Amino acid sequence: MTDEIIWRIAGGSGDGIDSTSQNFAKALMRSGLYVFTHRHYPSRIRGGHTYVEVRASPEPVKSRGDGYNCLLALGDSFARNPQEDAYYGDEEMKPIRENLDELREGGVIVYDEGLIDIDEIPDFEERVEENDWHVYPLDLRARAREKGREVMRNTAGVGATAALLEYDLDHIQDLMSDAMSGDVLETNLEILEDAYEDVKETEFTHDLRMPTGEHDEDQVLLSGSNAIAYGAIDAGCRFISGYPMTPWTEVFSLMSNYLPELGGISEQVEDEIAAAALALGASHAGVKSMSGSSGGGFSLMTEPLGLAEMTETPVVFVEAMRAGPATGMPTKPEQSDLEHVLYASQGDSTRVVFAPGNVEEAYEQTRAAFEIAYDYHVPAIVLYDQKIGGELRNVDESFFDREPAPDLGATLTEEELAEAAHHSSGKFNRYQHDPGEKGVSPRSIPGQKGGRFLAESNEHTPQGHINEDPDNRIAQVNRRLGKHDSIRSEFNESEDSHQTVRGPEDATYGIMTFGSQQGTVEEAVDELNDAGYSVKAMGVSDLMPFPESEVTEFLESVEECLVVEMTASGQFRGLVQRELGRFGPKMHSLLKYNGNPFEPQEVVDGFRSILEGDEPAATTRFVPAAGD
Amino acid sequence: MSAFNAIDADREVDREEYTPGIEPQATWCPGCGDFSVLKALKGAMSELGKDPEEILLVTGIGCSGKLNSYFDSYGFHTLHGRALPVARAAKLANPELEVVAAGGDGDGYGIGGNHFTHTARENHDITYIVFNNEIFGLTKGQTSPTSPKGHKSKTQPHGSAKDPVRPLSMSLTAGSSYVARTAAVNPNQAQEILVEAIQHDGFSHIDFLTQCPTWNKDAKQYVPYIDIQQNEDYEFDISNRQEAAEVIYDTELALHDGEVLTGRYYQQEGRLSYTQEKQEIGEMPEEPLAERYHDDDYEWERCYDMLDAHR
Repeated sequence: MTDEIIWRIAGGSGDGIDSTSQNFAKALMRSGLYVFTHRHYPSRIRGGHTYVEVRASPEPVKSRGDGYNCLLALGDSFARNPQEDAYYGDEEMKPIRENLDELREGGVIVYDEGLIDIDEIPDFEERVEENDWHVYPLDLRARAREKGREVMRNTAGVGATAALLEYDLDHIQDLMSDAMSGDVLETNLEILEDAYEDVKETEFTHDLRMPTGEHDEDQVLLSGSNAIAYGAIDAGCRFISGYPMTPWTEVFSLMSNYLPELGGISEQVEDEIAAAALALGASHAGVKSMSGSSGGGFSLMTEPLGLAEMTETPVVFVEAMRAGPATGMPTKPEQSDLEHVLYASQGDSTRVVFAPGNVEEAYEQTRAAFEIAYDYHVPAIVLYDQKIGGELRNVDESFFDREPAPDLGATLTEEELAEAAHHSSGKFNRYQHDPGEKGVSPRSIPGQKGGRFLAESNEHTPQGHINEDPDNRIAQVNRRLGKHDSIRSEFNESEDSHQTVRGPEDATYGIMTFGSQQGTVEEAVDELNDAGYSVKAMGVSDLMPFPESEVTEFLESVEECLVVEMTASGQFRGLVQRELGRFGPKMHSLLKYNGNPFEPQEVVDGFRSILEGDEPAATTRFVPAAGD
Repeated sequence: MSAFNAIDADREVDREEYTPGIEPQATWCPGCGDFSVLKALKGAMSELGKDPEEILLVTGIGCSGKLNSYFDSYGFHTLHGRALPVARAAKLANPELEVVAAGGDGDGYGIGGNHFTHTARENHDITYIVFNNEIFGLTKGQTSPTSPKGHKSKTQPHGSAKDPVRPLSMSLTAGSSYVARTAAVNPNQAQEILVEAIQHDGFSHIDFLTQCPTWNKDAKQYVPYIDIQQNEDYEFDISNRQEAAEVIYDTELALHDGEVLTGRYYQQEGRLSYTQEKQEIGEMPEEPLAERYHDDDYEWERCYDMLDAHR
């Protein structure tokens, strides 16, 4: 795509990079462009190299791009050991040095010469010439200091890049006025406008300009984490319990801010065992509830997860994957908790797992998770990662204009309980062997007349009393596990599949992925088709129960398939083979586990390595299909 | 109109209503102290006129967890150590429920110790009964957190090298607003204490000494016992934390010298329960949240009306 700007703002953690980029993205959305952001940050509060990319295009964008074309390098005000050859390296230079490799030819560089000494960058002049980069040094720090405080250099930088891209300040000024007031606003506006005017007067050598666009309808800008929170709210979730852990904390904090306003409850508790157990307790007492964590915290939730399966307590968990094992890389995305989430906990699983592929799907599949959990009395898990949780994307505002769904699902009222089947002792048959439709035995809620039963962690009779009779055991296991079949049938009969397919139907080759890499794979597929290849993409979101027929149909229709995932051991490819029992010789793997999500070009290169035998990108690993 | 009409039914409840027709006979070993907990709980609930269906009894795993099987009410037999987090969330979801949690000493002071500490400090308005037999019973007699130092078992063949935990001290320090100890051999006191604990607005912790005649044969039957409220040697103000701490200290030392002290140790008056604290800061609805899902007139909020920050 030539008509797009990918603007990267780089600096130190704690320098306000995130909020500056969010406002810039929102301004671009308001001016009619499609935007998509990509965030890269260290597990550190003050200092450490961080950047955010804002991709803006007149056409819809669904992924980070291949590299970027406009750099705003701010310097790191919390740089450590800048003068020493130490572990951290020369952090003051990182905002520029770490970002040059991915800057496209003809790109623009604006850097803060107040903080960055360009002579410290090896071979800078040569590289600039070689790549036809256009460099604009500005003393942003001095500009900020002169009018206000040093931290306002972000504002000066935004003004400068806006001028270079010939992008009007209107929307940026509006957004600043919304967010600030008084002297702070006045000063920031002055810094913004001065930088803009001064740079506008200089002579430009570059060709890049901000494109113009127009939306057909009103847009909103939000992250995957926010979409998950909104999905939960619209599903009637009014209870959340959790313990902080990156990156799940985003959903937890959002819900903790929203729920009290909606008369709901948020609980931060002692550990993730408690967090998950509280969600079960609240749900048992009749409130739609959720909890969540990232990989390590989810390990602790394993126990209550199994308890939910055994007692058939509906609950929703979200799991925000990050690079593991153990503490791994806390702020870096990976998809390697897949098997952990599918199979953790003793006994056979009856959970449902969704992996949304973009912001809209994060909303829809969170709603679906609640619906399935409460209709079928199973734990439902939304599996996502730092990538989808943190990226911002514009969505039609009307997308969210729908009715809330607070229904408790398969739950009886006192009137219905009076008619329902009971044991001769008066206890309610909460866990009937053969409840008929879907294998779901409706539940009662404590406090209801005529509904008392025992939610039992041991194997149990229809009333919930402990029982190890073989016939009862078989009946209960079959009914619990049978719910997967009912859920799969419900999905198969629905008009809206959670799986997405893109590209020509009769394509010769396929690329398959799950969860957050969907958009990137789709962009790669578009590019490959433009280049004359015949290829289509499938993004899988239903991981359990698995969409057997859809994936079978896709794999049968192609000669070979590349399976793209952010794991080191090909877990998703393994899942497909396990579920379908074949296609091993057709599926090649493209893996990435260096802490960064795929770029479309890496997928393109990986695909070419099947057909042309080319080397894949060094950041990825290609594993040929079984037998190849 | 409530959707939960078993709550506050305001009627006389015979203790036999708590005996489940499906499992009327408890299967604990003959002479087990657990029978006394069951008896005291039935007596206390009957005395308070609680409908079996307004009670949620949440238990952990072990012989103590079987309480759910023999006490007829709504129940949740959870996992080893996890009764408290389930119980306290149920209370938040519907504060009108009478929520009682129960478990053993391994359950509450060992594997669930973190939950015990935090539930106590948060002062949830629930009652927590710990069956303390100083042993792991259901797994056949291993050393537990309250087993005395030197206690020999198959997993500690040379005797435990550890001092036992001090459950009452732990409880007081963590922030329980009602702390008591009773013993299986003292049924009248047990029922009185349970009634008080259930009525108390806050976290009530009862360390209930339950002899294990099968695996802890050399251990005492917890007789003779001294009721500290009936004994002149222990005059103190149970609303005074410092005085309570001293008597608790004596009590915990005395137990391992063969002297069984029981009674009420601490009751904090005037402290808000957790639900009330959350309501004070606007993080807890006034009406039970569980009722809202049955209110046909409630207008559920939706995110579409919350999108201003994203425009």
